[in-house]
Amino acid sequence: MTFIKPKFRHPDLPKNKLGYTLSYYEGALSTLCAGCGHDSISAAIIQSAFEMNIEPHKLAKLSGIGCSSKTPTYFLGNSHGFNSVHGRMPSVATGANMANKDLIYLGVSGDGDTASIGMGQFVHVIRRNLKMIYIVMNNGCYGLTKGQDSATADNGSISKAGIVNQFQAIDLCGLAIELGATFVAQSFSGDKKQLIPLIKAAMAHNGFAFINVISPCVTFNNNKGSTKSYDFVRGHLEATGTFDFVPEMEEITTTYESGEKHAIKLHDGSLLQFNKLDSDWDPLDRFSAMKAVHQAREKNEIITGLLYLNQGAMDLHELVNTCDRPLNTLKKEDLCPGNGALASINAGLR
Amino acid sequence: MSDKLKINDFVVRFANVNGTGSASANLLFCKAIFRMGIPVTPKNIFPSNIQGLPTWYEVRVSEKGYLGRRDGIDLMVAVNAQSMEADIKSVRPGGYLLYDSSKKLPDHYRRDDIYFIPIPLMEICNETYTDARLRLLFKNIIYVGALAELMQFDFSVFESLLGDQFKGKEKLIAPNLNALKLGSDFIKANYRGTFDLKVERRDLLKDAIMTDGNSACGLGAIYGGATFAAWYPITPSTSVVEAFMEYADEFREEKETGKRKVAIIQAEDELAAIGMVIGANWNGARAFTATSGPGLSLMNEFLGLAYFAEIPLVLIDVQRTGPSTGMPTRTQQSDILEAAYASHGDTRHILLFPSTPKECFDLTATAFDLSEQLQTPVILMTDLDLGMNDHISEPFSWDDSKEYQRGKVLDYDDLEEIERFGRYLDVDNDGITYRTIPGTHPTKGSFFTRGTSRDEYAAYTENSPAYQRNMDRLVKKWITAREYVPSSQLYQVENNSEYGILFFGTSQYAAEEAMDMLKEEKFLVDGLRIKSFPFDQIAIDFLQSHKYIFIVEQNRDAQMKSLIMIELGISAEKLISVLNYDGLPITATNIVHQITHSLERVEKYTTV
Repeated sequence: MTFIKPKFRHPDLPKNKLGYTLSYYEGALSTLCAGCGHDSISAAIIQSAFEMNIEPHKLAKLSGIGCSSKTPTYFLGNSHGFNSVHGRMPSVATGANMANKDLIYLGVSGDGDTASIGMGQFVHVIRRNLKMIYIVMNNGCYGLTKGQDSATADNGSISKAGIVNQFQAIDLCGLAIELGATFVAQSFSGDKKQLIPLIKAAMAHNGFAFINVISPCVTFNNNKGSTKSYDFVRGHLEATGTFDFVPEMEEITTTYESGEKHAIKLHDGSLLQFNKLDSDWDPLDRFSAMKAVHQAREKNEIITGLLYLNQGAMDLHELVNTCDRPLNTLKKEDLCPGNGALASINAGLR
Repeated sequence: MSDKLKINDFVVRFANVNGTGSASANLLFCKAIFRMGIPVTPKNIFPSNIQGLPTWYEVRVSEKGYLGRRDGIDLMVAVNAQSMEADIKSVRPGGYLLYDSSKKLPDHYRRDDIYFIPIPLMEICNETYTDARLRLLFKNIIYVGALAELMQFDFSVFESLLGDQFKGKEKLIAPNLNALKLGSDFIKANYRGTFDLKVERRDLLKDAIMTDGNSACGLGAIYGGATFAAWYPITPSTSVVEAFMEYADEFREEKETGKRKVAIIQAEDELAAIGMVIGANWNGARAFTATSGPGLSLMNEFLGLAYFAEIPLVLIDVQRTGPSTGMPTRTQQSDILEAAYASHGDTRHILLFPSTPKECFDLTATAFDLSEQLQTPVILMTDLDLGMNDHISEPFSWDDSKEYQRGKVLDYDDLEEIERFGRYLDVDNDGITYRTIPGTHPTKGSFFTRGTSRDEYAAYTENSPAYQRNMDRLVKKWITAREYVPSSQLYQVENNSEYGILFFGTSQYAAEEAMDMLKEEKFLVDGLRIKSFPFDQIAIDFLQSHKYIFIVEQNRDAQMKSLIMIELGISAEKLISVLNYDGLPITATNIVHQITHSLERVEKYTTV
């Protein structure tokens, strides 16, 4: 059976500054299970790219293997994509980024792809502060192989087959902060209102931007007793605040309900505004962010929002001091020393 | 007892302790002979260790220009007490032992059939130097001085060599010359015995250079336009990327800004290294990695992706000995099958086989063209012997009129002309399709690169005919590749014999010498050196037109023979293996011995 997505769109649909409608940022029809949290994240990515006026060909989407890694087919259909091998997306993204510093790199991974087979690469891409957006669609299980526990499954969580997970969960946000990630956020696939500003802020961040999105697996991990089910997640969400992303030079129109108002100016001049609900926590302070993550874990809560931000660190290009022109645009004249230079090299070898 | 005088034809082996500065002294000895215009070849036989274990340095001097290893040690310089007993035993009868006589040699070490040349190296050092480090370092220079006196070196060659070595640190020249003189004076004053190994100045080397293959690969990557390298340190490939870094410091700095026209990332492992290289090549930068056997094993999955998704990449495999960790500091040609068919599923990879530093330079640069033209990995199959030992080589040269061959890449204007872009559409019927680089055109040319099966327009498919069509096209591309890869080298215009000898890589040195030795025995064999896989027509014709072909290779399982049988369907009866897999470079006498031995068997077989 073939799924064909109708191409017809109403002519009066709103367009962004580039003249593209939202549909221009869509991808092929999803083949994931109906109700999959991942599809909501794809929709949030589409909305974010549309609102951020991103030229589709200036963004490259990369992924590994798994349900989550299939999603780049379902969003940003006019962007180049690379579905690589299991757990190795960070290395491919690193090479791609080194080749052309002018594109936006959006990596999508899952909890198996990141926290198990790809743990090594995840850890090291953070160390290098590669400028990219790294989204984990975290459902605590291996969907494509029918529901085995992943390394982010909580200790004590009960699988669909009724088996209690005996192992400790890996907390990806806590780990990312520990490793020095410069942008760490956590969200829920069902909370579009929070997720979209977070993705937009990640797109504006000059460094490694990590978003761990709890995204329930409706088929294999949505049962009673699972700590990654829709019901459980909704019941245990603890937002650190409400967020709004304001691009540079745009009038601030969002209204806030209550609490302490904050705004962080991002690298490109845009603003991330948020209403802080917890007075102890300061997203610009690593220790306080770590503490907030640990406290939430103790209380069995899922803390969401932008947990930590560090805008002072150099990204990988700055660290290795590459030239301003993208490396993939350099020509023979820029690169080859020519026969003349060989004379002295040869002389030095005699 | 004395043999006839051996002028410019002998083997010296130095037995040292690793990490005591012997390497630079031994190189000084070797380089002095090189500067006197005499063909010389050093082999560093070193342990997987930083300090303390025995290490050997073997220098063959050959006026005839034979640059392979040779069996039989004419002179042993034994300055390592740990290995002394075995070192003394390994000298050929009639040979020499130069040793540190500061301590008395145990009686049972004595041999009646070799000459002993005692020098109290430690005593001289202790008398001359107060600093412990200087005592250790100059001990080595003193024995070089002694050798130079014994062999009648032209001493002025040291002055110019040290002058070049210590440019900018001139005050180090005099102490080194002095140490050389200490050794030479001691011999003059004390040694009255026979010595028949002499060096005479010649002008046989013309404009040759002396360097190692790994440095040449690093330089080749600079000339070939690599802008990105990712790597994980592993012996014996580490110095490839280190050389690339050094040359990048020299040649890749943007004058105006001080920024760099290159990025080099030390990855967390070989998987990440090749993943990064794939990402960079996918995004239009020329990128490479270097590794050795264990790294190649780890890279298999990604090599399959690059083959199937058709992403160019250059991989330099500096082969070492053995499966698993094996002997990390010994040489071998044992990754051939692993490299040719790396990854699960049906795959085949382009291999190039350099023999000299000049070829390391040329073929590394060529590899970037080939990988982009053919949109597939190209693996340079070098080895520890070529990579880490110094070799006499033709000088490097570069044709400035040559452009980089970037292959079938569509730019903005090309895309404007095209109605519908199909990434895997075989437009030219040669199996090579057109690719686009991300960011080229706002509305055209984007596609999804994937390791899963897809159709001609890069859309995911599980349709069997579509999968098979694609796999068949990759075979067509492989056949096209035969016309792109470097040609084999023939050693004769027409066949002289029904016997042929086929070799590749560092076996070249010993094989050429073996051909001469066989000729002296009135046994003519035709020679062929393979430079690439897929095999070219010259190699195919050679294999088909000879009744028997000896295949010389440095591994246990006759991997090149297997590859020839699998790929060309040549019958096993025609192919006679000449193998060497002890971890040391193959020698000509070994080849001749194996050939003669197998000829006896062949003749017996054919006359029955």
